[in-house]
Amino acid sequence: MATVSLKNLVKKYGSLEVVHAINLDVADREFVALVGPSGCGKSTTLRMIAGLEPISGGHIHIGDREVNNLPPRQRNISMVFQSYALYPHMTVAENMGFSLKIAGKSQDQIASAVADAAKTLGLEELLERRPSQLSGGQRQRVAMGRAIVRHPDVFLFDEPLSNLDAKLRMQMRTEIKKLHAKVQSTVIYVTHDQVEAMTLADRIVIMRDGHIEQVGPPEEVFRRPATRFVAGFIGSPTMNLHNAVVSDGRLVFGNGDTLPLPGQFRDRVTAGQKVIFGLRPDDLYPTGHGIHSGEAAEVHSVEVPVSLTEPLGNETLVFAEFAGQDWISRMLNPKTLRSGERISLSFDLSQSHLFDAGTEKSLRE
Amino acid sequence: MDENQTNRIKQILLKIGHLVGLFIAMAIICLPGLWIVLSSLRPTVEIMAKPPVWIPESLSFDAYIAMFSGVGQGGIPVLDYFRNSIIISVTSTVIALAIGLAGGYAFARYRFRGKTAIFLGFMLTRTVPGIALSLPLFFVYAKLGIIDTHFGLIIAYVALNVPFTVWLIDGFFRQVPRDLAEAAQIDGCTRWQAFWQVEFPLARSGIASAGIFAFLISWNEFALASQLTRSTNSKTLPVGLLDYTAEFTIDWRGMCALAVVMIIPALTLTFIVQKHLVSGLTSGAVKG
Repeated sequence: MATVSLKNLVKKYGSLEVVHAINLDVADREFVALVGPSGCGKSTTLRMIAGLEPISGGHIHIGDREVNNLPPRQRNISMVFQSYALYPHMTVAENMGFSLKIAGKSQDQIASAVADAAKTLGLEELLERRPSQLSGGQRQRVAMGRAIVRHPDVFLFDEPLSNLDAKLRMQMRTEIKKLHAKVQSTVIYVTHDQVEAMTLADRIVIMRDGHIEQVGPPEEVFRRPATRFVAGFIGSPTMNLHNAVVSDGRLVFGNGDTLPLPGQFRDRVTAGQKVIFGLRPDDLYPTGHGIHSGEAAEVHSVEVPVSLTEPLGNETLVFAEFAGQDWISRMLNPKTLRSGERISLSFDLSQSHLFDAGTEKSLRE
Repeated sequence: MDENQTNRIKQILLKIGHLVGLFIAMAIICLPGLWIVLSSLRPTVEIMAKPPVWIPESLSFDAYIAMFSGVGQGGIPVLDYFRNSIIISVTSTVIALAIGLAGGYAFARYRFRGKTAIFLGFMLTRTVPGIALSLPLFFVYAKLGIIDTHFGLIIAYVALNVPFTVWLIDGFFRQVPRDLAEAAQIDGCTRWQAFWQVEFPLARSGIASAGIFAFLISWNEFALASQLTRSTNSKTLPVGLLDYTAEFTIDWRGMCALAVVMIIPALTLTFIVQKHLVSGLTSGAVKG
């Protein structure tokens, strides 16, 4: 087991820099998820940690060893690939035992290690099959089995669930969580799915264009996004984010509609400042249909027309028009609404976010 | 008649049509071979008869017996030719495969400057007819003193086969997902081990077929061999066929018999290697 630390890590392809001097410290036994849209550099970062991609600058430490120029085999890591990358000419057992065979372990040692891993993952029945005879979920499990047999310092996962269907993905997500609880090792997990990141990770690293935007526990990146980008990326449905200008203690939107300036930001903005106002759909609800958010709630209600509804059973997403824009709100204990119907919409301003329109950074402390 | 019945009959007729078509195609492909075997077993009179004699009246192995009987009794140094052919074909195939393996892998896996141009250049060399090369090669070889040697023919055949093996093997390595070699490296392999343990076994069918093609090209090549060989030192079987032509006569029966002798090893080799030509070995490696 080991820590992983990246210091000013840079990746360049020719003159094109795709990862810009990022810093990250992963604690021993921590589960860290790298998340971001495609092309943000998360997979490249993972491949640099694995040693599959040479680094262009900076340092990578695994444990107390600097591994900058070590080949993958000397880093004592395992990796689960998005494509599973099982060896098609070997059986499941041979696939899982391959690393031990290369390491020169005896037949008995290999057999018992493979049997252990197979038991952990429920693969005992499949050991003599070939990858082509397995379903997607089974292949995924074999890929994980191959990773755990050798008890590496660090597990690297490169979007391991993207090729599975939605139901199986949820199931495997749970299994990965259980597996981490069981083997207790350091995990770095790359995904573009923020739900996976939120549910699995101890800490989430949100990347964008080769930079780290924010690092923090799921709760924190959800509650206190540091930038507009994080606010928009984390959470489903996405946060309502609309441009406004501060004027006379109010937020003035494009078409002249206004909201009171939320109390927590009163001392943090100046008149005339251009800002982005953010409010999660959970904190915006048809009056009387919201989540109770305590006494501190600073609720402001506005009469607006409904433009669209998306019933989800236990709740309904209501798209309503305010300030010339569509806002998504979440209605608990839903009742039927027709488009065009006018409703009272409650803004829980105590839960709102403000970002500077220029820097896109949060205006919280 | 109802629709189902009509469709059923249509399907049966279509099937019969297919089979007849296939039979005709196969007959066209196989008949010359069969004719060679037949001609090697019948008297010359019958071979030259007009109209042709379709059903042979008598068959004998005289031509084969004569072939191995030694000079003066209608024989030719067939064992020498055979030995030359084997040495030259096998050696040139092995070398062409080794180069093709390295080259094909490089083209499939690495990016380098001028890759497309080099690849195209390789292919262009294949568009030059072999016979056009024979005169310039003859001059060069004469100067180097390697006419009538195994070495001379081997390098000529290697040069002839390398573009082809590179091209074929490149295609097969492209089908092996990159992730596999990377997974192997993470599992503790060196780059070299990853190649031999994972990528090579998966591309084996392609390498085998490249081998067969290279072997057959060398085995059957006539144009260059006829110019660059002189004696039993290096004459190959196709050139040996010429021994049956005299100033005024051609011993068609003997020629056919030697042709059969030539076909047998090629056929055997193809048959042996054929079982490695199972495609779709990579299925199940990655998603799908």
